[in-house]
Order: sequence, then C-alpha cells, then structure tokens
Amino acid sequence: MDKKKKRSITRGVILIVLVAAIAYTIYNTATKDKTELLKVGDEAPNFELVDLYDNNLKHRLSDYEGKGVFLNFWGTWCEPCKKEMPAMSNQYAIYKEQGVEVLAINISQTDFEVKKFIESLDVHFPVAIDSTKSVMTAYNVDLLPATILINPEGKVEKIITGEMNETQIASYMESIKPE
Amino acid sequence: MMEKIICACGHENPAGTKLCEKCGRPLTEQEQKSKVVDMRYDGIAIRSKTRNKSLIDKIWNFFSSVKVGVSLIIINLVAASIGTIFPQEFYVNVSSIADKATYYEETYGSLGKLYYSLGFADIYSSWWFQILVGLLGISIIVASIDRGIPLHKSLKNQRVKRHESFMKRQRIVAEGPITDGDASKTLDLIEDKMKKLKYNVRREGSAILAERGRFARYGPYINHLGLIIFLLGVMLRMLPGFYIDESIWIREGETRAVPGMEGYFLENEKFILELHDNDPTESQVQQGVNVVAKNYQTDVKLYKQSDDAVAGQAENLELVKEYSIRVNHPLQHEGYSFYQMDFRLNEIKTMIFNLTNKETGESLGEVSIDLTNPQDEYVIDDKTKISLLGYYPGFSGFKDGVPQTATPTPNNPAFIFKMTTPETPDGEMSFVAIRQTIEPNGENKYKMQFKSVETRNMSGLTVHKDKTIPILIVGGIIFMLGVAIGSYWNHRRIWVEQLQDGTIRLAAHTNKNWFSIKKDLNALTEHVSLPKYIDQLDEAAGSEQNEKEGDNTL
Repeated sequence: MDKKKKRSITRGVILIVLVAAIAYTIYNTATKDKTELLKVGDEAPNFELVDLYDNNLKHRLSDYEGKGVFLNFWGTWCEPCKKEMPAMSNQYAIYKEQGVEVLAINISQTDFEVKKFIESLDVHFPVAIDSTKSVMTAYNVDLLPATILINPEGKVEKIITGEMNETQIASYMESIKPE
Repeated sequence: MMEKIICACGHENPAGTKLCEKCGRPLTEQEQKSKVVDMRYDGIAIRSKTRNKSLIDKIWNFFSSVKVGVSLIIINLVAASIGTIFPQEFYVNVSSIADKATYYEETYGSLGKLYYSLGFADIYSSWWFQILVGLLGISIIVASIDRGIPLHKSLKNQRVKRHESFMKRQRIVAEGPITDGDASKTLDLIEDKMKKLKYNVRREGSAILAERGRFARYGPYINHLGLIIFLLGVMLRMLPGFYIDESIWIREGETRAVPGMEGYFLENEKFILELHDNDPTESQVQQGVNVVAKNYQTDVKLYKQSDDAVAGQAENLELVKEYSIRVNHPLQHEGYSFYQMDFRLNEIKTMIFNLTNKETGESLGEVSIDLTNPQDEYVIDDKTKISLLGYYPGFSGFKDGVPQTATPTPNNPAFIFKMTTPETPDGEMSFVAIRQTIEPNGENKYKMQFKSVETRNMSGLTVHKDKTIPILIVGGIIFMLGVAIGSYWNHRRIWVEQLQDGTIRLAAHTNKNWFSIKKDLNALTEHVSLPKYIDQLDEAAGSEQNEKEGDNTL
C-alpha cells in the first residue's frame, strides 16, 4: 500500500480512539449515579426480607419467578408514599389473581411504627422492613417513594420515582403480569 | 507523489528535511545561509509540517502544533483556576440538588448562579472541562508521535561521517593540523580519550562520532507518557468498580449494609468524642474556640454475609474485623477504607416517663420507651398499664386530626398514650409531645410526666475505594523520571574527520549545557594536541549570547 495512505489511516485510527476515549468518559460521568446503577433490563438483585406480621414468612425475590413483582420502597414520614398506598392496595386485590405480587419495603423503621401506620391506612399487601438498608442499597434507592417493576423473567421492567396515581399503578401492574 | 529532496550525496530525504539524513548537508536555503544550523530535532522533517492535504492530516497537524498545545495548557489552567473562586459543590453542605443551585445564587449572587449553571461548581464532572483535558491529552499524544518517532529514527540511523557543510555550520568547530605528535595516531588517541570520557565512539574510516547521553533526548517523550498514564487513571475512575466514594451514617447499636461494598455490613458499637480539658489558650480565645477535640473515634464491627446470602439477609453474619476508626486511621479491608468523617451527638434513644397523678403528684411507676423498638403495652402492675397507640418520631403537626411525622429520626418525638390505672380502669387518652400535651377526651386525672432521656450518637463514615491509585503513582513516577532525564542529562556529540593531508576537522553539539561539552573538548584538545576550537555563536554575538544557555533542543 501507498506509504502516505497507510500513514493517514494510522493517524485516523489514533484520532478516533482518542476521541472515543473522551466521549466515553463524558458519557460515563453524565450517566453516573452513586454506585453501580440499577437499569431497566438488568437482572433484579435477589433479596430476602422477613414479613412484618409473620416471622416465618420470608419474601425472597427468586421465589416469585414467573410472577410480576411490584416493589415499593416507602417510609412513614413520606407523604406521597402514604397517598399511593390505598391505590396500590386496591389494584393488588385485582392483580393478585393474575400473578402480580406486591411488596412494600419500609426503610429501616420500627415494627411498631410500621404496623400502626399500615393498620391506620387499612391497606392490604405484604410489607417488610429493610432494617439494615441492604435491599435499598442493592436497588440504589435514593428518593422515596420508589417503585421497581420486575417482570416474570426477573428483569427490571421500569423504575418509578415519585408518587403514582391509581391509573398508573393499574397500568404498571398490567405491564408485568405474566402471559 | 510527495516531493522528495535529493541531497548531493545521493540520499533521498522527505520533504521538509532541513539537514540531510545521511550526510548532514543543509538542504534548505535558510540553513545554507546560516552560519550555525538549526539542530532542533536534528533537522528531521517533522511529519505534520510537511503534509497538509486530507482532513485527517489537517486535524493531526492542528493537535501536533506546539502553539495549540501551549494554548490548551493555558485554557485548562484558567478554567481550573476559575473553579477555585467559589467552593466546589461537594464542599457545600445542602441536601438536594435544587438546594445547591439556590445556595450559589443566594450566597454569591448572580455571579454564583452563572458559576453554577456553567458547571464550575463541579468542574471535574462538567463535560466541557473533560473535553478540554481530553484535547490536551490528544495534543500530547499526537505531538509526541509526530516528533518522537522521526527523532528516534534519525538518532538511531546516524552516520558517522558528515559533510563538510554540516560540520562547518555547527556551533563548535575546529579545523587544522595537530600541533604536536604523530598525525597517523591522532584518530586512535581521540577514540581512546573519548571512551575514557564515557562517550560511545563509532569509527568509520577516517571519521569518528563520539556520543554521550543520547537517552536525554527521550526525556520529554517519557514525561508525556507519564502524563498520559495519569490521565488514563483518572479516566478509569468513571468505570464501575474502580472508584467508590460513599458516605454512610450509622447510629450506635445499628448495623447497616455498606454502600458500594456488596455483602458487607458495618455495626457502630460506640462513637467517642474526646476533648482537651485545658483552659482556653490565648489563640483559642482569639479565634473563639472554647474546646479542642482530641479524638474522634468510632468502634465498629465489619461483617460479611455468607456467600450464598442475598440482600436483606442479616442473619448469620460473619465477623470480619473489629476496629476503632479514628481520624487518619481508617478501617481497611480488601481495598476499601472506612474513614471517620462526621458525627452527631445525643440523638434521643430512650424516653422515660413517670405515670403521675396530676393532683397529688404521686407516681404510680416509671415507663421507659425505647424509640428503636417501641412496644404496644408497658405494664406497671396488674391494674396499671400504659398502652402506646401511636409514636411519631418527627412530629410536625396534625392533619385531619392525625399526627404526622416529618422525619424517621426522633427530632421531635410525640406519643399517644392510653393510661389505665386502678382509679381510671377505662383508660385515659393523652397526646404527649415535647412541651405539648393534648387530652382529647377532657381533663385527665393522670399524666405521663417526662422524666429523662437516654441518648446515643451517630457516626458519619466515608467508604472509599480507589483502584486507580497504583496507575496514578506509576504515571507520576514515569512523569518525574522523564522530567529528570530531560533536565539533568544532555546529549553531547563530537564529530571528527581526518582529511587526506592529515588535518583534523572537528564539530561538536549538545542539546544543552555547552559548558560541559567544552570541558570535554578542552580535555580532548590537550590530550591529542588538536587545533583550538571556536564557538561560532561567541564570535558572532559576543559573550552575551553565551549566558543565555536555555536553548533546549528537543
């Protein structure tokens, strides 16, 4: 090959590699959240939490394979969390039959507070307390309320931060319902 | 086809060559006219200066330019300096992103707002600063390739015998018969002497090239390599797993999952703050400092989950390490470090009340409520008990008659009690908050009288991991090595040719430190009885020029 042509190609390749390295760095900084970010399509991290009312009942994500899982992270101090709970309860009553599980994960509060809160709202879905914040850390939850939709294949379908209304909750449950 | 320059010696040089690659004859008109040739880059054709046709060449030439490189350095410096005018974002103590924006505006006015919106507040993460650093990186790499490779080739392929016009245009020259001794032995003597002076000597027929410290020419390229490795290390920080910098708050007695360190839990056993108990010294008084801290310490236990455990399973934790974290004494494990960063003292943990008859002031007993685990019922005796109907750690007021909590932490704890006593078997309701008691069902006979609190402390720790440190260290060492090589060593060359009639023609060059090479030449001249050498720049411009010996030939 022509020496000149060869040199042009070498130069081009070097320049492209360098520009790509810069672009990659900027992209990574821009999309970087705190730790390794949970993304839509990722395998949902497995976890196991003890049920609020039944110490022998353990909610293990892998046990729900084949079902859609609606994970809701909340706290009693979080007003929007409180607002969306009755709607979640209503929709769970409908979608439970169709293979959608709800798990409301409280962030490290006391049994007493959580029980009183759930009872005062008269909502009915499984609740568990993440006392070491380890599930919260694994799902990289920062702001409450946060809802993670997990499809029957165990992949993250959608991540919702902020309050949801009943119509949205219904459509979210619909989206992770097994075929 | 690119233009070639054919030297009188027959060698084909690439366009742009100043001094023939083979014999050293000056090829450009400018060089032919000058008394002393330009030895920068040994007169090679700098690639980018010779071809400027395609787009790739144009971009390449742009980055290889020293002017562009220096401009980029200045732009980077100016941008980084502006980034120090107001504090960086991570030093600003506000909770949310929205608060940060308003913080800059409120504290520093519209200039602060502009500063924040342009990304100066978090300069290392702003895209334009990364582009600037990236462009500088490209400039360093391209310029090094563009100059380093041809220079290396030219130094490697040096000829021993150089043309008269090259020799005569060197700064230091000598020509003439030897002043003493046998002319036929002169070259042997020179070779011998130069070897003793630790030069590498090559001899081809009647010509000698003595050379020393050639590696000094590579100094700038070595320090560029170090810089590039350094930049690469910084870039790697963005990749997951290379760099973790997280903070974690743990109260005494709590166990928390460690962010960024999967499967590990940290328990805070105790936070200790020790103060010096001296009377305030003069300078303390001046600065308004009452007490001086002696020690900030968190006693922790680091646990690991069993390998098959998943998130949330906090049973069967295996103790990995027990350690007292102090300032500058982090707990270290598998590349992770836990640093003592912050603390909060005296968060309420337990509240103790007396069940008191309001009229007589008589106490029926004491109730201690552990806020980390409140109970439904506190029994004093078989007819006296307290039922806890509600607990609101951060009581913020009522909404539709229901008490609300604004935080999960007990900043303003409030309770709803039902007090059952032999006197009030149906129970009396009471809402108790700090400095506030509401008796919703009319006047009560009994009250929960606040007695005391037990508190606990909270430690703020940082979890840190940086796998790029070794890369940064290697980059730094190579950089310094390059600087040292380029600064403390110099490349000295002496060309000698013995002509047919036995006279000696000598030329010498060094990229810096002409004093040293003259010293070597003095020794050589004396030993071999050579004709006296002259410094052509000395002759031309007087000794003034000689003082300015900063000319560093790359």
